[in-house]
Amino acid sequence: MILDGKCPKGPIEQSWDKHRFDMKLVNPSNKRKYKILVVGTGLAGGAAAATLGELGYNVEAFCYQDSARRAHSIAAQGGINAAKAYPNDGDSIFRLFYDTIKGGDFRAREADVWRLAQVSNNIIDQCVAQGVPFARDYAGYLDNRSFGGAQVSRTFFARGQTGQQLLLGAYSAISRQIKAGTVKLFARTEMLDLVVVDGEAKGITVRDLVTGEIRTHVGDAVVLCTGGYVNVFYLSTNAMGCSVTANWRAHKKGAYFANPCYTQIHPTCIPQTGEHQSKLTLMSESLRNDGRCWAPKKQGDNRPPNEIPEEERDYYLERKYPSFGNLAPRDIASRAAKEQCDDNRGVGPGGRGVYLDFAASIKRLGEDTIRERYGNLFEMYEKITDENGYKVPMRIYPAPHYAMGGLWVDYNCESNVPGLFVLGEANFSVHGANRLGASALMQGLADGYFVIPYTIANYLVKTAPGKVKADNPECKKSLENVNTEMKKLLSINGKKTVSEFHRALGKIMWNNVGMARSEQSLKEAIKQIPVLREEFWQNVKVTGSGPELNQQLENAWRVADFLEFGELLAKDALHRDESCGGHFRVEHQMPDGEAKRDDENFCYAAAWEFKGVGKEPELHKEPLVFENVHLAVRSYK
Amino acid sequence: MNLTLHVWRQAGPNQPGKLEVYEAKHVSPDQSFLEMLDEVNEELIKGGKDPISFDHDCREGICGMCSQVINGVPHGGQDRTTVCQLHMRTFKDGDSIFIEPWRARAFPLLRDLVVDRTALDRIIESGGYTSCHTGGVADGNAILIPKPDAEYAMDAAECIGCGACVAGCPNGSAMLFTSAKVAQLAALPQGKAEAAQRVCAMTESMKENGFGNCTNHYECQAACPKGINVKFIAKLNREFQKSLFE
Ligand SMILES: Cc1cc2nc3c(=O)[nH]c(=O)nc-3n(C[C@H](O)[C@H](O)[C@H](O)COP(=O)(O)OP(=O)(O)OC[C@H]3O[C@@H](n4cnc5c(N)ncnc54)[C@H](O)[C@@H]3O)c2cc1C
Ligand code: FES
Repeated sequence: MILDGKCPKGPIEQSWDKHRFDMKLVNPSNKRKYKILVVGTGLAGGAAAATLGELGYNVEAFCYQDSARRAHSIAAQGGINAAKAYPNDGDSIFRLFYDTIKGGDFRAREADVWRLAQVSNNIIDQCVAQGVPFARDYAGYLDNRSFGGAQVSRTFFARGQTGQQLLLGAYSAISRQIKAGTVKLFARTEMLDLVVVDGEAKGITVRDLVTGEIRTHVGDAVVLCTGGYVNVFYLSTNAMGCSVTANWRAHKKGAYFANPCYTQIHPTCIPQTGEHQSKLTLMSESLRNDGRCWAPKKQGDNRPPNEIPEEERDYYLERKYPSFGNLAPRDIASRAAKEQCDDNRGVGPGGRGVYLDFAASIKRLGEDTIRERYGNLFEMYEKITDENGYKVPMRIYPAPHYAMGGLWVDYNCESNVPGLFVLGEANFSVHGANRLGASALMQGLADGYFVIPYTIANYLVKTAPGKVKADNPECKKSLENVNTEMKKLLSINGKKTVSEFHRALGKIMWNNVGMARSEQSLKEAIKQIPVLREEFWQNVKVTGSGPELNQQLENAWRVADFLEFGELLAKDALHRDESCGGHFRVEHQMPDGEAKRDDENFCYAAAWEFKGVGKEPELHKEPLVFENVHLAVRSYK
Repeated sequence: MNLTLHVWRQAGPNQPGKLEVYEAKHVSPDQSFLEMLDEVNEELIKGGKDPISFDHDCREGICGMCSQVINGVPHGGQDRTTVCQLHMRTFKDGDSIFIEPWRARAFPLLRDLVVDRTALDRIIESGGYTSCHTGGVADGNAILIPKPDAEYAMDAAECIGCGACVAGCPNGSAMLFTSAKVAQLAALPQGKAEAAQRVCAMTESMKENGFGNCTNHYECQAACPKGINVKFIAKLNREFQKSLFE
């Protein structure tokens, strides 16, 4: 089937304004009759729940943490983009639009990206009004820094904790609505199923993580804002609880999963130290503003970095990409680091690392300036590695970080299941095959504050409020299914722990579906994953019982879903017989090792339909049309 | 290294609890504290025992989820460090380590080391925001904010809401937490308009939710993994007094 993204026609500059005007509105006095279930309280969900509550809808919000303030958006360090052009350096909505399309290696929908660039400016204003303490200059104006893939300074930041401050802004807006009675929050509550009635999304089945109670909530629409899935690699920069579960359950109920193979490996993370490692820590990309990446020129050179003279260092990013230098986009910087290490010029334990060196910047600007800009990052680095980044260069290595893929949505952020909307990292919409730094925060808040409040009305006017009641047979069926699954998980009582399975899956994914993928490696993964999944359902050990706080059970559910999802990810990667952005197929590269796209055959979004566990999923295509930017070879030289 | 752990175990809110002893073997100095507990849990599971429940999520020191009192000190006492960022190199072979939950009247225990901190959310709900509606706000540069004010607000805004200040305080007071939000918003032009109502509502909510009073022990600042300064408590008191004259 050919999918329709429902993009507005006409000049792109007017597309969103015109679309907004064309959409239906819900009468103010009718709004409170509609109940909207918002799953997730990160930037996307927090912003959506607060704004829908302000508008007068009856909102129920859910998150698995103990508070709405702890969604993983909190961990974003570097900043958020906007086309304010305050520095007068040639930025514009068009340039942000263009950079995002190009950064995504021409695999995103133009109209969605344009809208994102357009509303980016409102986001900054909104956050300032909430009391987000963005960095200011001495005259009191908002300050900017640069991020990868851009030649202008358009990134707004709050020290090294931008995500935290933006999320606390959204959290304060939600808190205000909780007090006003329009939003009801269910924390420590995990969604385990989507309830679909007559083809439309009308509820969710959840488990209360404290009491273990499993129950169904019904509503008039469901908005999933449940974040990304890169924990499928086991080690990643995501939080321990991040999962694909909500998305995957919706997928199993009919929602198409788009471009799952587009995963981002972030170039600057702290290298792994051993088998005990439970997660990887990101060092913000903003560090590449002042840090220089290098590796020793000589293979196997294990002298301490400060003893390697200048002429024996290879500043490989500056050498290969003179015009973007250390600020080359993430996919490119990650692969370049991997190349150095594969060539036996890596540093640190196991040779899995390269240097990020601040010596030149410290000399130029002074240690105090560097401390003011990145103090908390240097502190974090020291806590983890016991090394002082001001004195010796940091060691960094790429790590799974972000999911560009997600549930397929049209221009209204609505999935192919009517009434099911998907926002933020959980959808696939704007980043194509690679996301530029500081653009995820922008997308989450754009979707939540400025898109969903309009587009959801267009759906709601077509549906009578309260159509589905809690005693609907579909709700009962969903409850039964979740209960049966739980009993099964608890009764296996095998020999291996949940983490052992997760780790094993991570190994398969990282080795075969990681930074460099080949037909052979992907086929290998597709062979190994079902075997591991089979073993999981025979041999996993989940302690405790259902009606209690049981963290093993929570994890078992998440890992069970990753074991199904990983296979789809590998299949998507195998089918996409080209390289683009974060998806690098070794068979398709330029003579200089750059990704080689195949626009003739793959200029589309791949949306997969679920056909059963272990069964071949069905591919639906949404062709991508570029009318405002030229499909071109991406060059950062 | 090998360590002996004394861990608080309690099956539920109304169940009896006690310290149980576990051995942590072959711990690497590069491991984080929670990774050490992960391995202890793996052993427990394999032995058919219930693993230790503890809150955690980001493991980067920013979400505020992790919450353990280690050897009597919230987060273990390393300067500006959450438990998840505490590394085993700060311990020695043969050490005995006592691990307990946050203990405060306002934080009912749920299981083992997991407590209910929603009382902190209720304080924010009572007024920890600016009442701005989405859309229809001024340009971000329309109101200038002097850099020192922005920095002061940011110093306060760094709070991660973990509740270590409450756990560290002999009175179980949430004064540092509350004052950080009051001070952040009172320092910014966007938050000034509602400063008086805010400080009254938030201090009232603090009382209602079972938090104690502040009697200047400053244990909160010592326990805070983000180094939030007690000067914000003085700021809250000033804001409160000011509100009485409005
Ligand atoms: C370390 C790090 C640094 C980053 N730095 C930057 C940066 O500088 N700039 C930038 O633009 N982007 C950055 N990003 C990316 C960006 O932070 C995320 O993409 C973005 O915040 C995601 O927001 P979200 O609202 O979509 O999801 P999240 O913030 O992940 O929120 C997900 C929500 O869904 C809930 N949830 C999930 N599953 C379930 C379920 N089954 N049931 C109930 N609730 C569920 C969670 O509780 C949570 O509330 C960074 C990411 C990481 C990991
Ligand atoms: S787990 Fe997030 S702060 Fe410790």
